[in-house]
Amino acid sequence: MKKHSPVWILAVLVWTLAEAQVPSGDWILQKVDENIGSDNKISHSRMVIHGRRASRTVESRSWIQGDEKSFTEYLAPPREAGTKMLKLEDQLWTYSPSTDRTIRISGHLLRQSVMGSDLSYEDLMEDRKLRDLYAARVSGEEEYDGRVCWVLELTSKEEEVAYHSRKIWVDKERFVALKEDRFAKSGKLLKRTEVKDVQRMEGRWIPRKIVFKDMLKTGEGTEFVLEEVQFNAAIPDHVFSKASLRK
Amino acid sequence: MIIPKLALRNLLGAGLRTWLNVVVLSFAFVVIIWTQGLYEGMNAQAERASVDAALGGGQYWQEKYDPLDVFSLEDAHAIVPDSLGAMIAANRATAILVVQGTLYPKGRIHPVMIKGIDPDQQLLSLPSHFLKTGEDRFPALIGSRMAKSTGLKVGDTVTMRWRDAHGTFDARDVEIVQVMKTIVPSIDQGQVWIPLDRLRILAGMEEEAGLVVVAQGALERPEAPGWVFRDLDFLLSDIKQLVRMKSAGAAILYFVLILLAMLAIFDTQVLSIFRRKKEMGTLMAFGFTRGRVIRLFTLEGALHGVLAAVVAALYGIPFLTWFARRGWALPEAMDSYGFAIGEKLFPVYSAGLVVATTLLVLVITTIVSFLPTRKIAKLKPTDALRGRMS
Repeated sequence: MKKHSPVWILAVLVWTLAEAQVPSGDWILQKVDENIGSDNKISHSRMVIHGRRASRTVESRSWIQGDEKSFTEYLAPPREAGTKMLKLEDQLWTYSPSTDRTIRISGHLLRQSVMGSDLSYEDLMEDRKLRDLYAARVSGEEEYDGRVCWVLELTSKEEEVAYHSRKIWVDKERFVALKEDRFAKSGKLLKRTEVKDVQRMEGRWIPRKIVFKDMLKTGEGTEFVLEEVQFNAAIPDHVFSKASLRK
Repeated sequence: MIIPKLALRNLLGAGLRTWLNVVVLSFAFVVIIWTQGLYEGMNAQAERASVDAALGGGQYWQEKYDPLDVFSLEDAHAIVPDSLGAMIAANRATAILVVQGTLYPKGRIHPVMIKGIDPDQQLLSLPSHFLKTGEDRFPALIGSRMAKSTGLKVGDTVTMRWRDAHGTFDARDVEIVQVMKTIVPSIDQGQVWIPLDRLRILAGMEEEAGLVVVAQGALERPEAPGWVFRDLDFLLSDIKQLVRMKSAGAAILYFVLILLAMLAIFDTQVLSIFRRKKEMGTLMAFGFTRGRVIRLFTLEGALHGVLAAVVAALYGIPFLTWFARRGWALPEAMDSYGFAIGEKLFPVYSAGLVVATTLLVLVITTIVSFLPTRKIAKLKPTDALRGRMS
């Protein structure tokens, strides 16, 4: 046994060093937030909704302040142009120019799809940071779309979360979540998000093209393409008011 | 007594003209009674079916429960109070829990109300006993309309998603164990029935319910804080209102029919008064006052109504009796009206309906018969004998 002791010590040392190399799940989530987070953002995006027969594209411009305030104006197609959406903390309103009415989206309406996409209003409302809601565990490393990723398994810390658990593939180098699976309490896969294009914008790695897919539904999902983003932009306070919905 | 005799003789003496008027009027009689009978039958059938399958003898609703308000539904559940728990234990009530969810038949989104019911309940005719399966299966019961709109059949497995009491998503594959044929849309369209205990556990709503259905004939109405008792008058008000609305819509048809008959009678009266001036003069010469002449002509007109009632009875009673026995096979489109009537509608003719219709037609006929006779009041007997109208 004595002559094997150095081998054992070496093995333990290698294992300890290897473990030390694996950062904690919380640390990875924090890095993800740091990469993408900013106080103010103005973005121009395109949402390609793939239906059963045809696809349609919805263009919008958004003004975002922190996690709790956002204002979106839809620009195209003509049928949706002028529709506006305001989110203030946990409340959401939409304004439709065709009816000239502002409606508060609440209750079951939050579960409705946004303009026929695979995203629900509720998905848009999600503003709390993942590390506040979930306990993260690094379950390993995997290659995704040619990039080496940390695989994080997230389990809810609180009862009041929409998805009981999530699995995230985070690019080890760029700290961008390239793929995310969201699960029901039963473990059934409900939604999948895949980043198809990452670009460097204003010194950050930004997911430019994301595909959202409701896994229980047939179809090709909804593509979200970020055309342009401006970080830490000056946004006047009046943008985030109900009055601006009718302007 | 002379006036009725004269009136009847004159009326029958007019021959074909009288019988044409009488036939048109009798047709109005039969159609009104037949149509109103259909609506009464519809009401009775819908009420009976709804009570048997869904409403029982009334329901206790959790104070936030309102089946028509989807906004409040997710909060409309609470622990069943002891007073109602005792009724449930004694089989005089049964609890139902309602949770909003989504069904994914063949990858399509289909919003549903997931309803948990005790598989052993026998208060409602809903066939909940099909939900008695082993723990290894997740049974679900749907109605035929729901099966049609989702394309599901017995033995199919479909994914169902919902949120628990904390708002967390859950989803399971459920097995359709039975497609029930029911005429009550409120337990069918957009509804998925699963065992109450399973739903309570999965939704994190242990011992809770959204409503408690009381057995028919159970008279006790215990106090249940936080719960409101809804009696059958309240629960059936929608059906009654719908029948009233449809019944009022049919009034247009009656109006047209009666208008046609009354036009014919009015014309006949005007023509009689124009052509029978010499007869009026003769009657006056014999000592008839103008009032008596008016009564005679009015009665002649009004007797159209009486004759029409007799004729209507001759062919209407056999027809309506045959129809009440055979029923009316409804077109399939009727099923989508959201009304609890079966494949056949059986009319109900109440005595009140027959008496009211008869009185209505007689009164209108009398009024219409009287209006042209007012001219007689200005008639001078000498002019009348010469055939002139002053």
